[in-house]
Amino acid sequence: MEPVRTITGTAMPLDRSDVDTDQIIPAEWLKRVERTGFGEGLFGAWRKDRTFALNDDRYNDATILVAGPNFGTGSSREHAVWALTDYGFRAVISPRFGDIFRNNSTKAGLVPVQVGAEVGARLLAAVADDPSLEITIEIEKGLVSAPAIGLEASFPMDEFTRHRLLNGLDDIGITLQHAEAIDTFEASRPSWLPTAST
Amino acid sequence: MPSTKASPATPAHPQPSLQAGRAVARDSTNYASTLAQKLWDSHVVREGVDEPDLLYVDLHLIHEVTSPQAFEGLRLAGRRVRRPDLTVATMDHNVPTLNIDQPVADPISRKQMEVLAANCAEFGVTLFPMGHRDQGIVHVIGPELGLTQPGMTIVCGDSHTATHGAFGAMAYGIGTSEVEHVLATQTLPQQKPGTMAVTVEGDLPAGVTAKDLILAIIGRIGTGGGIGSVIEYRGDAVRSLSMEGRMTICNMSIEGGARAGLVAPDDTTFAYLEGRRFAPTGAAWEAALDEWRALVTDADATFDKEVAIDAASLVPHVSWGTNPGQVVPIDGRVPSPDDFGDPAEREAAARALTYMGLTAGTPMRDVGVDIVFIGSCTNSRIEDLRAAALVAKGRHVAPGVQALVVPGSMRVKAQAEDEGLDKVFTAAGFEWREAGCSMCLAMNPDKLAPGQRSASTSNRNFEGRQGPGGRTHLVSPAVAAATAVKGTFTTPQELD
Ligand code: SF4
Repeated sequence: MEPVRTITGTAMPLDRSDVDTDQIIPAEWLKRVERTGFGEGLFGAWRKDRTFALNDDRYNDATILVAGPNFGTGSSREHAVWALTDYGFRAVISPRFGDIFRNNSTKAGLVPVQVGAEVGARLLAAVADDPSLEITIEIEKGLVSAPAIGLEASFPMDEFTRHRLLNGLDDIGITLQHAEAIDTFEASRPSWLPTAST
Repeated sequence: MPSTKASPATPAHPQPSLQAGRAVARDSTNYASTLAQKLWDSHVVREGVDEPDLLYVDLHLIHEVTSPQAFEGLRLAGRRVRRPDLTVATMDHNVPTLNIDQPVADPISRKQMEVLAANCAEFGVTLFPMGHRDQGIVHVIGPELGLTQPGMTIVCGDSHTATHGAFGAMAYGIGTSEVEHVLATQTLPQQKPGTMAVTVEGDLPAGVTAKDLILAIIGRIGTGGGIGSVIEYRGDAVRSLSMEGRMTICNMSIEGGARAGLVAPDDTTFAYLEGRRFAPTGAAWEAALDEWRALVTDADATFDKEVAIDAASLVPHVSWGTNPGQVVPIDGRVPSPDDFGDPAEREAAARALTYMGLTAGTPMRDVGVDIVFIGSCTNSRIEDLRAAALVAKGRHVAPGVQALVVPGSMRVKAQAEDEGLDKVFTAAGFEWREAGCSMCLAMNPDKLAPGQRSASTSNRNFEGRQGPGGRTHLVSPAVAAATAVKGTFTTPQELD
């Protein structure tokens, strides 16, 4: 994963709540065995509607998605994150995220920016109003700002995720440093626990 | 040995213990603790200080959709599967439910299944492929083979892994990067979730099923109500449910936003498990029972959030909208956006009515369906099929309605056929299919056409979930069968 420190760019508004992962990337796209090429399927059903924001040229260069509450609920498909990043989004701003989606995001370098309901609503309106509005997301400080409208807000992120994002670290590599602790734990597991014969 | 994490007032955020491994588990009986906390503590490989705890995974279930990129990642990094013996694979999402002895027609589905088979062969993972007698939906086969046991941690690249929590196991869905992580290390770094109790006291009225109960719960807490939490379902209405019913409830925890659901194990759990293929036997069974009986929330433990529901007040439910929180009692009416105070909910309701092609105020009983789907990891177990067959027996599917029965696994299918349920269904005009996810998410050929309306026993009524443009209403198996017979939403009690 590439390190992510600061994201500055324009944003696309998605004024809907409960955007589930079936909408972000419909199931027909899940048959691929690669990690790439999912951008084409992003919001596959909705983008057939010509008035959908993704079809609005003014948002072509957006790297930030501003959505309503409960973004990324539903299925665990990481393909939803891959679709957003493949399309060019680097962060999503929402008042609330589905847990698995939030987890998946940071593994793939997509930054989930959780803001209060009021800040979320304000940003949605501002971005709809002015597609060139510049937004900055600073991972280290946990701050999101849009100076042109005088907005600055903090967003939560656990220290480990922050550290991983800032340094572009691979989770598995970190865990493998603890191989000894895993061995020790394994040795103490009760013998009745099921194993599948291979 | 005294534990350092003795703060019952904040069970979700205890002080870190320096102990590693299962020793912590034994300590956890020394202080008030929730079941979720005990399961967590007993799987901490390494306590995180400025990072998440590293948890051991007892069972990793995989399927063809969310694993190919994970195996590819292992190959690229030159890594192996640490514990192939704790990893079990099946094919479920893509499998057709007709003609499974023929090659799969959809080339991309076929490729995904072939890639899973090749990966399992390369990395030494046990696989139950299409056509195998143990094949089925991943959350149906784990419990029925006895792989799912109390006290375990279970993960799968699928959000409905919460199902296994019905056994008092910590079970949750993960993404593909995490699948790769578990394959490589048999562990996962995890942020500790909050705890939530949903307590249902009293007796469920006749005709009210586990599905109605969970739909009512989600209607009450909303789709975001459980975000960040593990929900423990408690109270005598939950205790009196069969394992199948408990699985239905835990399954849909994710629809309420929770990552996992839990029911403390009890004699119902043990009776279900005893004698299953992977369950312990003899002295090991006795030793296991001793540990399993301790898997309860302590009397003086507290939860971060609590919700109480009166079982006696419940009625059969049906969803009307495009998220699982949008439900009404079956004798209710399609709501109006104006019924919602919250602007986001009002807006969501308006959008849902348009998508669903419904008019506010219409009685749900007047809404007709094109397709009835009885299946999915929510409601495709033997008990679900029995409930539907009881309604179907001696009746017939309404003209113009297509009704599918898709057993959750080949074992469920075989048992249903032993009991003659297949004959009951086919005599009543239902189609009897092979096992798989099928129309729950329409990755195989079973799909709604645009504009078609279904009564479905599955778990998600999202836009397009059962096929682009399809309109899904979530119901219980009994209501699904009755609706197939009548052609409009109804309960078995109201049929002739
Ligand atoms: S039956 Fe539906 S919800 Fe369950 S695992 Fe299959 S696709 Fe997912």
